[in-house]
Amino acid sequence: MTRITAWRRHPLARYAVLIFALALVGMTYTAFAQAGKPADAAMAAGKVDDVAEGKSLFVLHCASCHGMNAQGTTTAPTLIGVGAAAVDFQMSTGRMPAAAPGPQAPRKPQAKWVNEETTRQIAAYVQSLGGGPQVPPAEAVDPKLGDAGKGGELFRANCIQCHNWAGAGGALTQGKYAPNLNSATPQQIYEAMVTGPQAMPVFNDSTITPEEKRSMIAYITQVREQQDPGGFGLGRIGPVTEGLVAWIVGLSALALAAIWITAKKRQKS
Amino acid sequence: MSDDLKTVPKAITGPSTFLDDRLGGANFLKRNLRKIFPDHWSFLLGEIALYSFIILLLTGTFLTFWFKPSMMEIAYDGSYAPLKGVMMSQAYASSLEISFDVRGGLLIRQMHHWAALLFVAGMMVHMLRVFFTGAYRKPRELNWIIGVLLLTLALAEGLTGYSLPDDLLSGAGLRITEGVAISLPLVGTYITFFLFGGEYPGEDVISRFYSLHILLIPGILLALISAHMVLMWVQKHTQMPGKGRDNKNVVGAPFYPAFMLKAGAYFLFTLAVVAGLATFTQINPIWLFGPYTPADVSAGSQPDFYMGFLEGALRIMVPWEINLFGTSHAGTLPLSVIIPALVPMGIIMTGLALYPFLERWVTGDNREHHIADRPRNNPHRTSIGMSAITFYGVLWVLGANDEISAFFHISLNWTTYIGRVLIFVAPALAYLITYRMCLGLQRFDQAVIGHGVESGVIKRLPHGEFIEVHTPVAEDIEAHLRGKEAVPMLPVAEDGAGIPPKGMRGPLGKLRGRMSKAYGGEKIPLDDGHGHGHEEEHAAIESGDDDRSLTH
Repeated sequence: MTRITAWRRHPLARYAVLIFALALVGMTYTAFAQAGKPADAAMAAGKVDDVAEGKSLFVLHCASCHGMNAQGTTTAPTLIGVGAAAVDFQMSTGRMPAAAPGPQAPRKPQAKWVNEETTRQIAAYVQSLGGGPQVPPAEAVDPKLGDAGKGGELFRANCIQCHNWAGAGGALTQGKYAPNLNSATPQQIYEAMVTGPQAMPVFNDSTITPEEKRSMIAYITQVREQQDPGGFGLGRIGPVTEGLVAWIVGLSALALAAIWITAKKRQKS
Repeated sequence: MSDDLKTVPKAITGPSTFLDDRLGGANFLKRNLRKIFPDHWSFLLGEIALYSFIILLLTGTFLTFWFKPSMMEIAYDGSYAPLKGVMMSQAYASSLEISFDVRGGLLIRQMHHWAALLFVAGMMVHMLRVFFTGAYRKPRELNWIIGVLLLTLALAEGLTGYSLPDDLLSGAGLRITEGVAISLPLVGTYITFFLFGGEYPGEDVISRFYSLHILLIPGILLALISAHMVLMWVQKHTQMPGKGRDNKNVVGAPFYPAFMLKAGAYFLFTLAVVAGLATFTQINPIWLFGPYTPADVSAGSQPDFYMGFLEGALRIMVPWEINLFGTSHAGTLPLSVIIPALVPMGIIMTGLALYPFLERWVTGDNREHHIADRPRNNPHRTSIGMSAITFYGVLWVLGANDEISAFFHISLNWTTYIGRVLIFVAPALAYLITYRMCLGLQRFDQAVIGHGVESGVIKRLPHGEFIEVHTPVAEDIEAHLRGKEAVPMLPVAEDGAGIPPKGMRGPLGKLRGRMSKAYGGEKIPLDDGHGHGHEEEHAAIESGDDDRSLTH
């Protein structure tokens, strides 16, 4: 029996092989996963400063709800793995830092300390915690490069159940709502799709490809910039406001006209 | 009556003589062109519907020139950029073409839609006027029923027309229509397959709705409207109570020239309002909705206002469902769809159609009526009407509960819970409040008759007290107020032996008697305005000046 054969038949050999195989698979996966994601850009590009700055900003402004290590608390979810895109969306729309607890954080003017730089720093910090969707590059959200017709079909199939056909928004259960899309920038629309903020589901890149997302952005921006060809648009929410106008403007005007033409001539006294 | 009113104007005699010499029938023209129409603003409300209908016929004809009622799928190649290359039905594509590529097409389309809303709204307010003034009473019950039929048909006409453009919003309505049809026990599936020519949505429904919308229903509408007008003409219009007016005459202006001018002017007003709305206010922007595919549905999907009460009923309904024999294989009774689809509509339409007959049964009033009631003078009828309006209104408002929730930041769930309570509580409250208001207004009339109206002159009496001088009410107003008559009542009094009169025995008879007693009778007699609790003050100013009793 050679020495090698003896090792192979050693009672611990099977465990050694198993551990070796697992380690190999794990390392290969990690290598591929790292390569697949240009992720953790801040770390890779050596912007460790951003991460450090971001962490101190985070501790100052966000940790009271999200926890000192962004692990989440009873009042706010964990931010590990939500990605830089989520931070950019929430902070650039003014939703975070939240003003008050409630069913949903509304879009509002940004806090004084929030600007592009501080947003980028906190985003870098959150990204460094556990990866997640990145802030999209400019050409990924350029409406000019999208196909509005195709985007419209995807928009109708995926978005209007909550956001209405013209992105006017609508109600959801228990005080939640789908906001209107008129003030969202193309970048914010993209980020909302990949991160699924608040009540919104995530539309990741395998559900809707980045090109399709760009087409949807093209449709949304085209429609919202369009001047209503039929006159005053009545909020683009459909028959509710139309019915109100028919009764309040149309019928009242006609009732006044009826009163006018049947009025008795004032007698000169 | 002066000679001036008796002589027939030359403008009538000229043409009528011409026609009489050739066709005969000048007397017919002479008589009818001098037909007297009473004057009251609310009598014109029905004309809103009439003129809207004329506008609908004209604009609708224009739309048929370009509309293609086909569900064939084509790729859009018109001038609306955000839909370029999208697959859609030909009906939708041709509606887009009318909106963007036909000169004046969008204006006419919007006029058609606004006129449709005003058509139904006009019918509704007209019907409320007729109801609250009791103008449906004998001999006009049949015309009232024609009116109820017209309203029902108008809803069907609206539903079919709304679905024609085959856009995503109307598709949601079509889907609900299918849901209602298929929920009917036993026949649901057959009716659905018959209506859609197979599985929903199929390829037939647009062309079928088109035939219904432009041919069958408008044909029946036109016939019924004509019958409605002829009956009104023959039976003469009711008039409000007033000086010199009774059940045998009509006081007003002759058709030619005065009423014709007014009616003509009112047509122009209606046209102006419809055209004005269509010019400045966008309605049914189908290009925003996108083409219909059964897979898509949008937030804020609503029907046009006249279907809103059905939508609301559906939204507040609790999710009840009965599986027959405990299994869905034996058949399912989806009460959550059948009840909201059929019950409110049934209550409102059946209630409307039967009301004249129910009222006659309760009051035993078989006389002809040509003088309209003032709503306050029949408090129970007015309360029932307000109760029905509230019932309808609650459902109508809740049809828009998502927009209300989004706009006013109220939880959507709460709008539903509150609606489920309000639908029962609000009509009852409306009944009570209206009833008290009617009695209050009757008391006010009584006070005006009894004490005159406030003159604004303050008088100081010798002992230092200030009173306001009341002047006797003007003659015409007094005649208007005195047009009130007690609501008729069946002879319900029992005889000496405690036996109720014939027809008032048995459970139904007793119910009838009790209802008659509650419904009929004079609650606040007009000439009873003196001496309830004011004796003391009267004694204080023995001068016979009873002005001051109203100051308390």
